[in-house]
Order: sequence, then structure tokens, then C-alpha cells
Amino acid sequence: MREPQVRPVRRADLPEVIALDASVTGVHKADYWQRVYRRYGVGGQGLRHFLVAVDDGRVLGFVIGEVRDWEFGSPPCGWVFAIDVQPRARQRGVGTRLLNAMRNRFERVGVRMLRTMLASDNQLILSFFRSQGLRAGRLIPLELEIGADTA
Amino acid sequence: MRLQKNTRLALYSVLEFAARPGQHVPAAEVAQKYGESAHHLAKVLSELARAGILESVRGVGGGYRFTGNARRLTLLDVIRLFEDFDAAPNGLGRHGAPADRALGEVLAEIDQITLATFGSITVATMLKMVERNSATVA
Repeated sequence: MREPQVRPVRRADLPEVIALDASVTGVHKADYWQRVYRRYGVGGQGLRHFLVAVDDGRVLGFVIGEVRDWEFGSPPCGWVFAIDVQPRARQRGVGTRLLNAMRNRFERVGVRMLRTMLASDNQLILSFFRSQGLRAGRLIPLELEIGADTA
Repeated sequence: MRLQKNTRLALYSVLEFAARPGQHVPAAEVAQKYGESAHHLAKVLSELARAGILESVRGVGGGYRFTGNARRLTLLDVIRLFEDFDAAPNGLGRHGAPADRALGEVLAEIDQITLATFGSITVATMLKMVERNSATVA
């Protein structure tokens, strides 16, 4: 089986990315992905990345991340905030290749810490990150429900 | 967080068998390595076999082989076979005093993180961690 190629996303990839995301999350959000493409797909200036893994012209997966710095005093780190692989292409190392490509881009600009955050019940993606060596870090996610009905 | 003795033994056993997929491993070998009686270990292995994680191998010495999917089987999957991990924690319920309820909320947060941690670490990932630790010790 051929190794998929990992490269920056192109506008022509977006329909497949949107379809993949919709198939996994159950929510079709084309507008959101257009915004993500504008912010991370073009003009990232080496600090924002939107990468896809492709094989024979078909998108097998994607990863999105950016360098964030000095949030609550934290030195620059690479944040990965989206990653997914076509269900039919899983367990073939596609996710690993995507994450490694993102990691290489972070390292090129001097980043020495990679972080992510996701729902505690997202066992599939949590397991993936664990398999890549990520573990609980120094940051603790906190949240608060806000709005008129939550007082 | 403390795991019961049987649970820890089950986790050690799964790692031992999963490290040698497809191979027949004598139960006595695992018992000796972890300083457990063969009788005690037999109960644990029998439970793992019932869950489809191990398969009993007939013949001289008896034994088991790993039949699970190491890249999908998580620590939580194994733990749940031996402990009621999802029960309400610590006897602190929604009907207690306000301080009890507040403390219950804190403990529930901790339990949620514990569940997520055990549920996200697969046997394959654990084997990599064991290997890293072995390299450190060597």
C-alpha cells in the first residue's frame, strides 16, 4: 500500500474535508470550514497550518494547528485543535503522518511543546494522541456554562 | 486512586500476553513473574478469557494466548471486568448536606479525569510505555 502524501490544504480539498468532518461529527458546517481555510489554509505565515493527507488525489485525513504563545505565561507551544482520518483509512498510520508533519512545522519555528485539548469522552482521538506519546500536562482545562438560564 | 489486587494482576497479565501476540504463554510463568499463586492467577485469567481478551490453550502446562486487539483494548476495558468503576463515588450523593454535595462534585471531577485517562490508554500504548521504561532501567 502506498504512503499517503501530506501537504498543505488546497481549496479543491475543502469539499472532501467538509464531508469527512460531517461524517464523523454529524454536523455539516461549510461556513466554518471556509473560515478555517482562510485563517489556516492560506496566510498562516509559518505559524498556522492546515494539512491534508492525500492518496491518489483523495483526502484521507486532515490536521489543523497553530503556534500559540504566552497564554497565561506559557512559552510558545504548538496547538493541534483538529485531526481526523477517513474511517476506511484508519490504522494505516495516516494520523501519525499528519501529526508528525505538524510537529515538524512547529519544531522548525523553535516550538518545543505540542498540546491539544478535547472532550474527555472522545476515546478514539484521545487514544490516538496517547499512542503518539502525549500525556496529561501542566494545563488544566476549566469551563463555565454561561447565559441567562445558568445563574 | 488504588486498583484492587485482581485488577492490577489482570492488567499485568494482559500486558504479558499482548507483548507476545499469538504465542502460548504458560500461566505459571506469569504467576512466577508477579509473585502470585497460580491458583489466584487462574481466576483472573479465566475472567479475561470469558471477555475474549485471552484464549485458553490446551496441552502440557496449560496457558493462554492474547486474542484481543491491542490497539483498541483500553485499560478501562480491563478494569471494568473487575471493578464497578462507574458506581457513584464515595457515598456522597445529591441528597446529602451541602458540603457533602460540594465535595461530591469535586470527587466526580477527579473520577471523570480518571475514567478518561484509563479509557484513552490502549494496551498497545502501554506496551510502548513499558518498553520505554525498560530502556530507562537498562
